[in-house]
Amino acid sequence: MGKTEKKWTYEENGYTVVRSCCWSPPGCHPVGCGVRLYVKDGKLVKVEGDPEHPISQGRLCIRCLTLPEYVHHPQRVIYPMKRVGKRGENKWKRISWDEAWDIIADKTNEIKEKYGPESIVVFGGTGRQACLYYYQVAFSGLGSPNMCYTLSGWSCYGPRCGVSNFVLGAGYPEIDFAGFFPDRYDHPGWQLPECIMIWGKDPLRSNPDGLYGHAIVDMMKKGTKLIVIDPRLTWLASKAEYWLQLRPGTDEALALGMLNVIINEGLYDKEFTEKWCHGFDKLKERVQEFTPDRVAEITWVPKEKIIEAARYFAKSKPASICWGLAVDMKPTGTQTAHAILALMAVTGNLDIPGGITLSPPAVLFGVWRSKHDYLPDELWEKRLGAKEYPAVCTARATTHPDLTLDALETGKPYPIKMGWFNSTNLISPTNTAAPDKWYRALKDLEFAVVTDLFMTPTAMAFADVFLPLATFAEQNGVVITNYGLNCIFVGAMNKALQVGECKSDIEICMELGKRLMPQAWPWNTVEECFDSILGDAGLSFNELQEKVVIQMPYEYRKYEKGLLRPDKQPGFLTPTGKVELYSTIFEGWGDDPLPYYQEPPYSPYSTPELAKEYPLILTTGHRSWAFFHSEQRHIRTLREIHPDPIVEIHPETAEALGIKDGDWVYIENMFGKCKQKARLTATINPKVVHAEHGWWFPEKPADEPSLFGVWEANINLLVPHKHIGKLGWGAPFKCMICKVYKAE
Amino acid sequence: MTRNGLLIDYEFCTGCHSCEVACKQERNLPVGKWGIKLTEIGPSQIAPDRWEYNFVPIPTELCDLCGERVAQGKKPACVHHCQAQVMEYGPVEELASKMVAKGKKMVLFVP
Repeated sequence: MGKTEKKWTYEENGYTVVRSCCWSPPGCHPVGCGVRLYVKDGKLVKVEGDPEHPISQGRLCIRCLTLPEYVHHPQRVIYPMKRVGKRGENKWKRISWDEAWDIIADKTNEIKEKYGPESIVVFGGTGRQACLYYYQVAFSGLGSPNMCYTLSGWSCYGPRCGVSNFVLGAGYPEIDFAGFFPDRYDHPGWQLPECIMIWGKDPLRSNPDGLYGHAIVDMMKKGTKLIVIDPRLTWLASKAEYWLQLRPGTDEALALGMLNVIINEGLYDKEFTEKWCHGFDKLKERVQEFTPDRVAEITWVPKEKIIEAARYFAKSKPASICWGLAVDMKPTGTQTAHAILALMAVTGNLDIPGGITLSPPAVLFGVWRSKHDYLPDELWEKRLGAKEYPAVCTARATTHPDLTLDALETGKPYPIKMGWFNSTNLISPTNTAAPDKWYRALKDLEFAVVTDLFMTPTAMAFADVFLPLATFAEQNGVVITNYGLNCIFVGAMNKALQVGECKSDIEICMELGKRLMPQAWPWNTVEECFDSILGDAGLSFNELQEKVVIQMPYEYRKYEKGLLRPDKQPGFLTPTGKVELYSTIFEGWGDDPLPYYQEPPYSPYSTPELAKEYPLILTTGHRSWAFFHSEQRHIRTLREIHPDPIVEIHPETAEALGIKDGDWVYIENMFGKCKQKARLTATINPKVVHAEHGWWFPEKPADEPSLFGVWEANINLLVPHKHIGKLGWGAPFKCMICKVYKAE
Repeated sequence: MTRNGLLIDYEFCTGCHSCEVACKQERNLPVGKWGIKLTEIGPSQIAPDRWEYNFVPIPTELCDLCGERVAQGKKPACVHHCQAQVMEYGPVEELASKMVAKGKKMVLFVP
């Protein structure tokens, strides 16, 4: 196919076309698919995939294809507003940005003076570009040490990244889909994975964090085989050599069982293990407890399948593991991640062509985002949860989410008086366990600012000032895959149009900073700020804008070449210089240094009495083509494809309960209840149901108590507060118990 | 006389709906109208460890193979945006040869 290089912006048939990379808003993760934005008369008329993007190659999902509908939606908020009614009332007045900043600066200074800067919390959400900037809203703007990602147990990406940091001394391990190379799959140094194990993830729909999901299909066409570990049959599982339909919440037992087979049958990479792993003998001892018989009993996966899949994976070379959210969403998410990393390591697939790519812990924005140079040490030490859960709060530079809710409720160790809700819809069932508790606790804030593009349940409930955000089509920005924790490429978000007075995350962050902490913001424009960050890689924003995508150089086997450690020695950036199958860091923090299994906090086995009333296992949060978490519920084209919240239930189970396909049903447990529509499917175990997250209804009343119907389908009402792991990571979003019955 | 068609490799169609929405955007179709519609086969179990789960996008009467767009040297909107890259546009004879070469789970549409 011939390559016609186009400039980043050009004229075509009366349109101005801008080539750009996607991030958010609206949501996706920093995958950075290439787009062509067609603008006419100041309006975004059409979005197409950019064939020149080396990874997406013109391919585009329906969320991006419908961007014009999103950008120009009548419900969009395009000017700053202040509330003129009570909290929860839909009464607003348009104000100017200057007035907004005056209100914010005055109120922030008043609260800092009266209660201390620690009484201010910035609340952040997931996946959006805001993940790079909400730290600096707190640290270099409001002057607070408290940046809170509200998801219980920091149980999205947190356990996996935390463990990768502690056990590997690396950033986020990702499958090698030749993303670094302009010639992609034809790159001489690259090898096709013989097998990819997809663990607790639906990468086609979620395009998670830096992986272009359909790269897996590319590789399948070239001969890659799959093992899929998922309680539900996905399309990928239907094509896999092995689909292991495990009981939700038993992932670490399965990983340890596979290690049992691989180690005992001598199928591991002896050279890599001996030379580059610490604690192999102890791990070997530990996995003896996890015989295939025992693991089959725990996971409900037949013993023969566990053995066969383990052998298949170990004998494939190269092999890769595409691990996902289900790994994190359990109190022992840390242990699950540790066990899966051990599988990657002992099979010798780390940092080899076609295996699992590794990166230094953070680069570029990944480093910049958590800098807190302007906060005094004694203030930094006050971060909520910093003493109780150092594993979480140090690794992520945030508060501990569950302790933040406790502080909001009790006023201890100090009162929380101001909230900045940075591009997050946290009371929708996405970013919180027990969202009703968060809701009640947050109502008492003295002052609250929300940044978003639409009025949401969260903005309606809490905002005193609403600041309108720009979409990715309306700003100059930078996409960095995996938030800089494994940087495959850097992409430019190139501004194509201005809508109302909307501003980007970085623009708001910078303006706030210049008002309140100008010493932290020496740049005059966001592009200058980007230049200073990109400069570490010898890049500038101008260059990025012109090229749209710049892939990063990649070196395999960095551990042999001294490229993973600041001291340039061979090995990994861990206390022992090796992959710590036995973690000296976990040991230091008082946890078991080896992976272990724990039954989910609520299950037929850990709580048999409760399971009598709540006999079904509840798993939640599968991905949709149409939505990014709680987003896009306004977009008619997308709602047409996915109109309602769906709970999947096995036909036999449904029949016993008198439920027919399409019936509205209640899903209930001892913590709460919500309503979703039943879909009968044999792809799920008869004892398991799956319910959707993220739902609210823009078409329903905005005011309290409805808040756009946010409580109706809110599955996180069934997930309890503070059921987290020993080190503070992980929460049981995907392994609860419930009952299901027909709604009247 | 040569006719053009759409060749779809439904072994690898992942059901991403991109063809549907790309077509809607291109043709400005309202809610309820489709120029191509995704059908879902299964998921159903056909053996202890074998499942059938396939998607097949089918062009409707509203499909004109993006005549105007193709005249500008572009691919049809659905082909351009397909995330699994399973769609191909071209003369029927050429597509038929490719169909034979791959051998299975291929469908050729001449809308």
